Amino acid sequence: MYNAKAVITGIIVFTVLCTAPFWVGLAGKDYKSTGIVLPKDEKKCIESVEFMRKDHMRLLNEWRDEALRGENRVYTAEDGKKWSISLQNTCLKCHSNYKEFCDKCHTANSVYPYCWTCHILPGESK
Amino acid sequence: MLLSLLLVLLIGAVAWAGSAAGFAPLFGVALPYLATAVFICGMIWRMVYWAKSPVPFRIPTTGGQEQSLAFIRQAKIDCPSTRAGVFARMVLEILLFRSLFRNTQADVRAHLPASNGPGTIYYSSKWLWCFALMFHYCFLLVFLRHFRFFAEPVPAWITCLETLDGIMQIGAPRFFMTGAILLVALLFLLGRRLFNQRLRCISLANDYFPLWLLIGIVGTGICLRYFDKTEIAMVKVFIMSITHFSPVSTQGIAPLFFVHVTLVCTLLLYSPFSKLTHMAGVFFSPTRNLANNSRQKRHINPWNPPKQYFTYAEYENEYRDAMAEAGLPLEKAPDKAAE
Repeated sequence: MYNAKAVITGIIVFTVLCTAPFWVGLAGKDYKSTGIVLPKDEKKCIESVEFMRKDHMRLLNEWRDEALRGENRVYTAEDGKKWSISLQNTCLKCHSNYKEFCDKCHTANSVYPYCWTCHILPGESK
Repeated sequence: MLLSLLLVLLIGAVAWAGSAAGFAPLFGVALPYLATAVFICGMIWRMVYWAKSPVPFRIPTTGGQEQSLAFIRQAKIDCPSTRAGVFARMVLEILLFRSLFRNTQADVRAHLPASNGPGTIYYSSKWLWCFALMFHYCFLLVFLRHFRFFAEPVPAWITCLETLDGIMQIGAPRFFMTGAILLVALLFLLGRRLFNQRLRCISLANDYFPLWLLIGIVGTGICLRYFDKTEIAMVKVFIMSITHFSPVSTQGIAPLFFVHVTLVCTLLLYSPFSKLTHMAGVFFSPTRNLANNSRQKRHINPWNPPKQYFTYAEYENEYRDAMAEAGLPLEKAPDKAAE
């Protein structure tokens, strides 16, 4: 092998970088569940669990557009029930524990939504 | 072109059908492990193979004045004669694709004012450089951003990257610019092969396949983020279980996610055995990483056979008598040489 010193250094750097996810995984904490705490007094959200889990951000975005740009404050869910379009009064009524609900998945997945540049963080208003 | 598109679609369809039919662990667990192992071993094998190939002579491509007399200015980066010059050249090549920046295009024009008739003109063409740079850097950023699924807690630098990437604050989930630029750059790189006649003529399946594959990966990735979502909290639990070598159930993760994973694994499997090895190859290319110092140092081919010398003294010793008989001039007369 020619230039063995440089080549072997390169191979070692390459291997370490490529296996980094495994080292980081082994060195850091494991992540076995989201650990979110669901609201106690309400069992059903405005849409199905599957829909809310993957599409709640889209719903919130549409709600913002509807309320602020379309001046429409009524949302009709899949099951026909009507809801008032309001983060503060509808969503946060049940999901009042920001740290144990929103933050659990968001922080773990590095999601930092900009809801709170306009809205007041629940639990910090008083 | 169509063949490689069909191949990528076939891989995607197989992954989709397979994971929908309950073989998700095969595409989500077994394949990534295999692909990672093949990729790392394959790349090491490549690098060792290249490192074993001797490069006895200096063959750098030169793009400027080589080192000469003191009053002639040398192009120190384009025609380096020292290690520092080579280092600067390599850094600029790897980080800024300097040789692509010099890309020119030739065109035959029916009328040129200079010659007052038909002729060929060459002009600078920066498009390839521009889109290649955009593609590679966006790919790097997108690649790094994915680390949020591999690390708990998520390192601050990834969050910082995401903030910059989504600084436009469009929609929710936030629109990441790199993903879109990546797709646009890939479409340019594909379009250039399709619409430039000369390039189309020399493009082969192994040029189109990586492009379609990357378009497939980026397409499914964008789809998973903005359109047909899967729940990322579950994806993170799944990915972390893989990096901890204790895979959990794939239940509840959308088949599209496994299509994305399968295409990435195909890329990993394909990389060491294709032109995508330029990732390592750029460091090994002798036309870039050698100093142009042939005028100062003598580089001797190490496997030249030993030369058979026959000096004049030996020649005269061999044929002295015959030469003396023929009356040829000699350095040593026969009677003196015998002493």
